[in-house]
Amino acid sequence: MNQKLLLSRKAACNVHGQDSSYFLGWQEFEKNPYDPITNPGGMIQMGLAENQLSFDLIESWLHSHPDAAGFKKDGALIFRELALFQDYHGLPAFKSALAKFMGEVRGNRVTFEPSKLVLTAGATSANETLMFCLAEPGEAFLLPTPYYPGFDRDLKWRTGAEIVPIHCSSSNGFRVTKVALEAAHRHAQKRGLRVKGVLVTNPSNPLGTTMTRQELDTLIDFVLAKDVHLISDEIYSGTSFDSPEFVSIAEAIKDRDDVAHRVHIVCSLSKDLGLPGFRVGAIYSGNDAVVSAATKMSSFGLISSQTQYLLAALLSDDEFTRKYILENRRRIKERHDLLVEGLRRIGIRCLDSNAGLFCWVDMRHLLNSNTFKGEMELWRKIVYQVGLNISPGSSCHCDEPGWFRVCFANMSEHTLNLSMQRLKNFVDSGEHRSTHDSGHRSPRRQFLAKWVLRLSALPAAVTA
Amino acid sequence: MGLHVDEHSNYNVLSRIATSDGHGENSSYFDGWKAYDNDPFHPIDNPKGVIQMGLAENQLCLDLMQQWIKQNPQASICTSEGVSELKDVANFQDYHGLPDFRKAIARFMGKARGGGAKFDPERIVMSGGATGAQETIAFCLANPGEAFLIPTPYYPGFDRDFRWRTGVQLLPVQCHSFNNFKITEPALVTAYQKAQRCNIRVKGILVTNPSNPLGTTLDRETLRTLVSFANEKRIHLVCDEIFSGTVFDKPTYVSVSEIVEEEPYYDSDLIHIVYSLSKDLGVPGFRVGVIYSYNDAVVSCARKMSSFGLVSTQTQHLLASMLGDDDFTTKFLAESRRRLSRSYKVFTAGLHMVGIKCLDSNAGLFCWMDLKHLLNEVTVEAELELWRVIIKEVKLNISPGSSFHCSEPGWFRVCFANMDDNTMETALKRIRTFVYRGNDTAAAQAKKKNKRWNAALRLSLPRRFEEMTIMTPRLMSPHSPLVQAAT
Repeated sequence: MNQKLLLSRKAACNVHGQDSSYFLGWQEFEKNPYDPITNPGGMIQMGLAENQLSFDLIESWLHSHPDAAGFKKDGALIFRELALFQDYHGLPAFKSALAKFMGEVRGNRVTFEPSKLVLTAGATSANETLMFCLAEPGEAFLLPTPYYPGFDRDLKWRTGAEIVPIHCSSSNGFRVTKVALEAAHRHAQKRGLRVKGVLVTNPSNPLGTTMTRQELDTLIDFVLAKDVHLISDEIYSGTSFDSPEFVSIAEAIKDRDDVAHRVHIVCSLSKDLGLPGFRVGAIYSGNDAVVSAATKMSSFGLISSQTQYLLAALLSDDEFTRKYILENRRRIKERHDLLVEGLRRIGIRCLDSNAGLFCWVDMRHLLNSNTFKGEMELWRKIVYQVGLNISPGSSCHCDEPGWFRVCFANMSEHTLNLSMQRLKNFVDSGEHRSTHDSGHRSPRRQFLAKWVLRLSALPAAVTA
Repeated sequence: MGLHVDEHSNYNVLSRIATSDGHGENSSYFDGWKAYDNDPFHPIDNPKGVIQMGLAENQLCLDLMQQWIKQNPQASICTSEGVSELKDVANFQDYHGLPDFRKAIARFMGKARGGGAKFDPERIVMSGGATGAQETIAFCLANPGEAFLIPTPYYPGFDRDFRWRTGVQLLPVQCHSFNNFKITEPALVTAYQKAQRCNIRVKGILVTNPSNPLGTTLDRETLRTLVSFANEKRIHLVCDEIFSGTVFDKPTYVSVSEIVEEEPYYDSDLIHIVYSLSKDLGVPGFRVGVIYSYNDAVVSCARKMSSFGLVSTQTQHLLASMLGDDDFTTKFLAESRRRLSRSYKVFTAGLHMVGIKCLDSNAGLFCWMDLKHLLNEVTVEAELELWRVIIKEVKLNISPGSSFHCSEPGWFRVCFANMDDNTMETALKRIRTFVYRGNDTAAAQAKKKNKRWNAALRLSLPRRFEEMTIMTPRLMSPHSPLVQAAT
């Protein structure tokens, strides 16, 4: 019996993108995960853009605020109210706190109104919901490359929408230009696709850069001229740690009534607060009809009321949020600098970045051939021989081979240093030049063990 | 930000899905909600307000859970006893879910169904409530334009959950009161053939067992008929079993999972269960939905789709602990059933006293009330007219059968598990007054009878029910377009 015939086309296809190398690397990590004590020769996860640097700050807040923790309000148990609360408008205290936090993260240069917020189960759900609201099946959104591999699933899979790339190149630091926008639009039309909008990630994943004011203005002019929408995925806004200062699209369109109804922002607490498990996302839109439709759609993925309650308390605490934002940024910068310096010592450069939980690393000079085949070859060596799960640029739809996204905020300093040591050994040994086929799916433990284990015998100074 | 552009210009700017009525919130069904929202009953602050009897919520046992939480602070990742787990839990976003959570859910599902079948944790897929589960299963099993057959009457939310963004159709299998709305093979065949004549490809059947709004459970024979029909036509059978833990009386509940275990020659790849903790436990706010499929490909696909509606790990962690407490779940399920049974008996007895009959039911949080004899004529218009009178004059928000696509006018769904005894008594009083209005002699006689009966009832009520927390009137529903949260 052909199982696939019984199911929908969506179920049988692979638009979910889970067969891509981005996810395959994760699977390899799952098979052989690094642990400083139990598996020092294992694979180090550098493909996961998580922020694990500032949990202690949240933990200590919880210690001093038992009410939020134990379903209590002024000592009385409010479990019952929370258990029954399923209003898709969301807990008002939480929306207010979230709106306030969004403003704080943006230096209070803009304010956000709770009534324009739609709560969703993570940014994954927010992005999909916006597509359902703004595009028909077969219609397209333009996205600058390289972009987050998950968008292929979130934006296209169940919605039937299409993504048309806006080609960006290293020649200008992958900045979005008017020429590139126009070219993408023309290309979409040639393919017979109606363009409904542009979606940018700012700060960028995987680049780690923030958009300049000029880029933002170019975007705004473009969406006005083409009469389309602009979605700004700003889930990394709290991770901007260096100048130039992050400019949100909200700032760029301040007092621009002619464009507010076209602009929609996606937020999340997964990156800024490091709470991806809690599934907290939101859409912020200046378009009442979008807010209304998206609110109804949020029924398919509401945020758990107990999580809303906890975070309402946490984010309402002005002193906490102020301190957290500053300290979090400081730690991200520190870790970023560590990675950049570690790579520099190996002769590897990164794109200059001022945000994000990763670096966009230039390994073009390590390729055997300046092709994506060459990139895959190098990637497999790094995954299976060096034991680092990093993400190849092709999985992010980058136009140029040789770029890799390397995450730094989801591990201890010791682990980061170890990963740099392994990479250094790999590059110094000239292994990257070998045409030795290392394309097996199973890790070549023998080869991995040789000098990797030697490294792991070094004293472990584990820091958070 | 925030220019309000008029609706017309927005129509070009948004998708058809966004601007259509597919969300179902414009139906007259919501007039009742509006009446309640504008004038909600409160025993002290607003004793003449509208009583909410249109919300199928289980509020009878929240005290038991509240007590458990008090006694188990380590189950919360935020208390000093439990905060050591915060990092691992908050960081965990694997769509397989926390292993302990899946194990606990699988175990609880078995218990809620009376232990007749076992559930494999590996097949548990999370979703954003049953709402998310229904949409996801539709996305997995059917393409836009294809259809599922669904016995009437059925939960109005399915029109949104199963159809809105998926483009899948729902085609009714008409059931009738003469045989207690039983799902028969001829009715299935009729619906299936009708679809074929219209060139609509049928991909499956969607049933709710226990039924919403009927409150009845499917017998083994009917389940076998359904499984056999699905097998014969090579179509899916989706069983929404979210009320399985609310079965308070005989006949004993039979889940489709038992049929799967008993009848191995039927293709289990066609069988899928939707479950949730919103009704059995009474925690709709926690958004815990489950898809349980016997089809590996569906489990795999649904799991990937669950990224769009995962359960908060904070909640997973809490419930893994609570549902992992065998002693607690055994006691909880037993007590919940007992309280539901009691509320049901009190309510139906009160209705019976004034000549109102309900469909004989053994599950659910509501009664399926027969008011045909109060209609001027047996039409949907008359039903809606009566309904408006009940809302405006009797001040009860109940749900008209037509909103459940019932084939016969005159039926109403009335919820009883979302209120305490006093509120229920008030509701019954109002019904009594309404029924006997216009008949002074009959009313006087009935009032005398009622007074004596009422007194007897009051005296016999155990103390603890009088201590039950009074329901806050401003209870929220995602279906209400006008509701703003109170807290």
